[in-house]
Amino acid sequence: MCRFSQFLWAGVVCLLLAFSGVRGAAADEFSGLESGQFNTIADTVSAMVASGNPQAGAVIDALEKRHLVYSPAGGVFIRAGTTYVDARTGQSVQNIPADLKPVRMNNHVRQVLASATAELELLSPEDAVRLKAATQMYAQHNPAMLPVIHHALEREKNSHVRLKLEQANAATMLAQPVQPGQEATRLAAVKTLGSAGDLEARGLLAVVAASDHETPEVRKAAAKTVSSIDLKQRVWSVLQNAFYGLSYGSVLLLAATGLAITFGVMGVINMAHGELMMIGAYTTWLVQQGIRATVPWLEPVSLLVAIPVAFCVCGLLGILIERGLIRFLYGRPLETLLATWGLSLILQQAIRSIFGPTNIAVITPAWLSGSWMLGSVDITLNRLAIFVFAFLVLGALMLVMRKTSLGLEMRAVTQNRRMAALMGIRTPRVDALAFGLGAGLAGLAGVAVSQIDNVSPNLGQSYIIDSFMVVVFGGVGNLWGTLAAAMTLGMGGKILEPTIGAVSAKIAILVLVILYIQRHPRGMFPVRGRGVES
Amino acid sequence: MSDILPKFSRRAFGRLALASSVAAIGAAYRPGQALAAAPTGQPIKVGILHSLSGTMAISETTLKDVMLMLIAEQNRKGGLLGRPLEPVIVDPASNWPLFAEKARQLLSVDKVDAVFGCWTSVSRKSVLPVFEELNGILFYPVQYEGQECSRNIFYTGAAPNQQAIPAVDYLLSEEGGNAKRFALVGTDYVYPRTTNQILANYLKSKGIKDEDIMVNYTPFGQSDWQTIVSQIKAFGAAGKKTAVVSTINGDANVPFYKELGNQGVSATDIPVMAFSVGEEELAGMDTTSLVGQLAAWNYFESIDTPENKLFIKQWHEFTKNPKRTTNDPMEAHYIGFNMWVQAVTKAGTTDHDKVIDTMIGIRQPNLTGGVAQMLPNHHLTKPVYIGEIQEDGQFSVVWKTPSTIAGQAWSPWVPETKNLIGDWSKPISCGNYNTATKTCIGKKHV
Repeated sequence: MCRFSQFLWAGVVCLLLAFSGVRGAAADEFSGLESGQFNTIADTVSAMVASGNPQAGAVIDALEKRHLVYSPAGGVFIRAGTTYVDARTGQSVQNIPADLKPVRMNNHVRQVLASATAELELLSPEDAVRLKAATQMYAQHNPAMLPVIHHALEREKNSHVRLKLEQANAATMLAQPVQPGQEATRLAAVKTLGSAGDLEARGLLAVVAASDHETPEVRKAAAKTVSSIDLKQRVWSVLQNAFYGLSYGSVLLLAATGLAITFGVMGVINMAHGELMMIGAYTTWLVQQGIRATVPWLEPVSLLVAIPVAFCVCGLLGILIERGLIRFLYGRPLETLLATWGLSLILQQAIRSIFGPTNIAVITPAWLSGSWMLGSVDITLNRLAIFVFAFLVLGALMLVMRKTSLGLEMRAVTQNRRMAALMGIRTPRVDALAFGLGAGLAGLAGVAVSQIDNVSPNLGQSYIIDSFMVVVFGGVGNLWGTLAAAMTLGMGGKILEPTIGAVSAKIAILVLVILYIQRHPRGMFPVRGRGVES
Repeated sequence: MSDILPKFSRRAFGRLALASSVAAIGAAYRPGQALAAAPTGQPIKVGILHSLSGTMAISETTLKDVMLMLIAEQNRKGGLLGRPLEPVIVDPASNWPLFAEKARQLLSVDKVDAVFGCWTSVSRKSVLPVFEELNGILFYPVQYEGQECSRNIFYTGAAPNQQAIPAVDYLLSEEGGNAKRFALVGTDYVYPRTTNQILANYLKSKGIKDEDIMVNYTPFGQSDWQTIVSQIKAFGAAGKKTAVVSTINGDANVPFYKELGNQGVSATDIPVMAFSVGEEELAGMDTTSLVGQLAAWNYFESIDTPENKLFIKQWHEFTKNPKRTTNDPMEAHYIGFNMWVQAVTKAGTTDHDKVIDTMIGIRQPNLTGGVAQMLPNHHLTKPVYIGEIQEDGQFSVVWKTPSTIAGQAWSPWVPETKNLIGDWSKPISCGNYNTATKTCIGKKHV
């Protein structure tokens, strides 16, 4: 068997050598792909598109998907599953060389590839695809694409795509070196870009304004447009920071709501709260892996499946912790601090032993990646989702506290444990359920955080301080206070950060919280009434 | 090294079942086995000073494992000077004062003959006085900010001129995208600050203006990158090609890259060149949005050499986990350990002073091809590679230095140290020799 395959290989190699000899003599437009040189590969790709070779589309598609392979001895092939197609002829090949390597790629090649794809896509019958291609052309403003853009403009009927194409035309036009007698067209281009008014336009116009080759007229117009874009961007950036503040605040809110129950309502200083979040995040990962292995078509919504699972897992764990540890320590908050701190170390180490010390990759589904542009405000989808999720969780929690008997009993127990017990409330059961609820909320926070932060055994530590800060600042035992504090701290941080930097912003916020707490020891929304011990 | 090769080739080929070649390799192997009689006598102790708990455990546990593998391998080959090697593991728990304490324990109680350890610069700085006082030997395997040269430390990771400067050269080059604006983003501690100081001065010497350099520091474990990424985007909108040089540490990298992806900053718009993102970090990330982002190292797991293949195979067998990745600091330990073995063999003793003197000039093949040499300033010659992140979490090398680069202990791009060199060979024997005044500054490291 061995001998036979060896013989076969020898035959293949011989054949290949023969072929490469032939090819070496007449280098065609494909041979650049075999060079292994990035610049040559990039040039080959653009030349191929320009040539209108019928194979161009397939080759570019394969290169993009990393299915294009070559043999150093000669020959470019497209891999389709286990079979190979000759890139030159489009015919399937039987004798594939052994030393196939993927055609090399770097950022330069990727860039050329992106414009090549955009060029092919400009011919698409679908408006959305053409719009995407036009946007790509606009972002790249590669002067070589000018004829293509002109050609597309002539045929374009859809007004959205047309507008984008006009902007792409203006951008590409301005990116070209100045030629005499172009002043009017360049001025018009500056105006068009001014109407686009985004960061890309600003970048291009800044170059025009600073260029020595432009006429003073054009330079002046460009400089004026740059400053008007800057002004507009400054206004937008206030809104942008507001969004960042809200989204940061909603992460804090999620991290803190569970703690608001355990600490605020039950008086337990739960240092393991962060670790419960971590377990929620690991549960998300397990759910994702499980779904991928068993029902792959459910993968896009695995995150939604993870939400109830994480709530139940962490909730049950919370009940276990309460029954096994906390219930012996009621009324002694400092002892709960020590006990739960020890517990947090145990949980961390347990996770480290089971899953390893390194980060695990929780996948962000496609529908949660990317962003929407609202004017010039970049609304990232995962942050938006967390924002909505945080408010849903808070809303649901408020309903539970106000409209269910469990909520009523919880409030009764926290206000006066003895009287509640006398009224027939089974206080141990309420304690366990309340702690379980807090833990379940931490699990929900873990699901959310897995989408923005790294999931490792240390995850909990980075949230515990923030969570306590929010609960104390907002007023212990008050959900509205938690909401107000999370949003205030989130907003405050994001307003300070651009001007004084992330490190100083963090310190400044801490100092402000300390000063505030000194003045108002009970936080922003103090709980009033007879139930509160003085 | 020559002994490992036939052994593993035998295993690899054995499965492929070519009886004749097995016989041939087996014959080549037998003399080695005869030589490798079970080592006897007093063991030589090797200290391993890596955090196995706390925040750094994530990176350092791997280095402990790789040391155990190297020691086991050496013992299988007959030990050192006919004596067995014995690892002594301590856990400094990511706690810097504890590093000094554990180092003292290793040197004065356990009486180890060499220590392999530390990751962060602050841990190295805290053990340095201990190693000098007790005349120990430390092999430090991680790229660092330079500006230090101790007789008792061998720096087997990269100095700034072996990572940061070539990386920026690449970004400035035509192939690397002709960057004209640089955002230097880092975690707020000594390594990023010193590296960025060196880089800023270097960039200015290359004609980059002050306004085209943005420096931004964040706290450890930063998780909310929204503002900073949008600042980088705005910074890149000045119409000049912009690149980010990232000295962001460990954990904070994941949310940083996630945010870049979310805000639509791709490697083709604004490439990010990272100095501390390796295979291990990528293993915990969803790499689809990172394709094309860059990293500069002296080693990548994907580099295709027979030595590296063997090393990876050995690593997978040792950890019994075919998914464990290898990375740059692991190679540094591999080089450092083998150099130490060579030096002890050559000196014929483990006497610290003799070994330290013998180390200079020792040569050891890299895992990526080429040879590392221990220089008089206790740094190595190293090749520098720029890799692009691929979808599978590996790096594909897109550029490398034409030859190996000699590590500089003191940066010529920092005004106070531009005349300093380290040279522990005679007659200078000084870690901070001023070539202008021809004097040795003495026991002062910064």
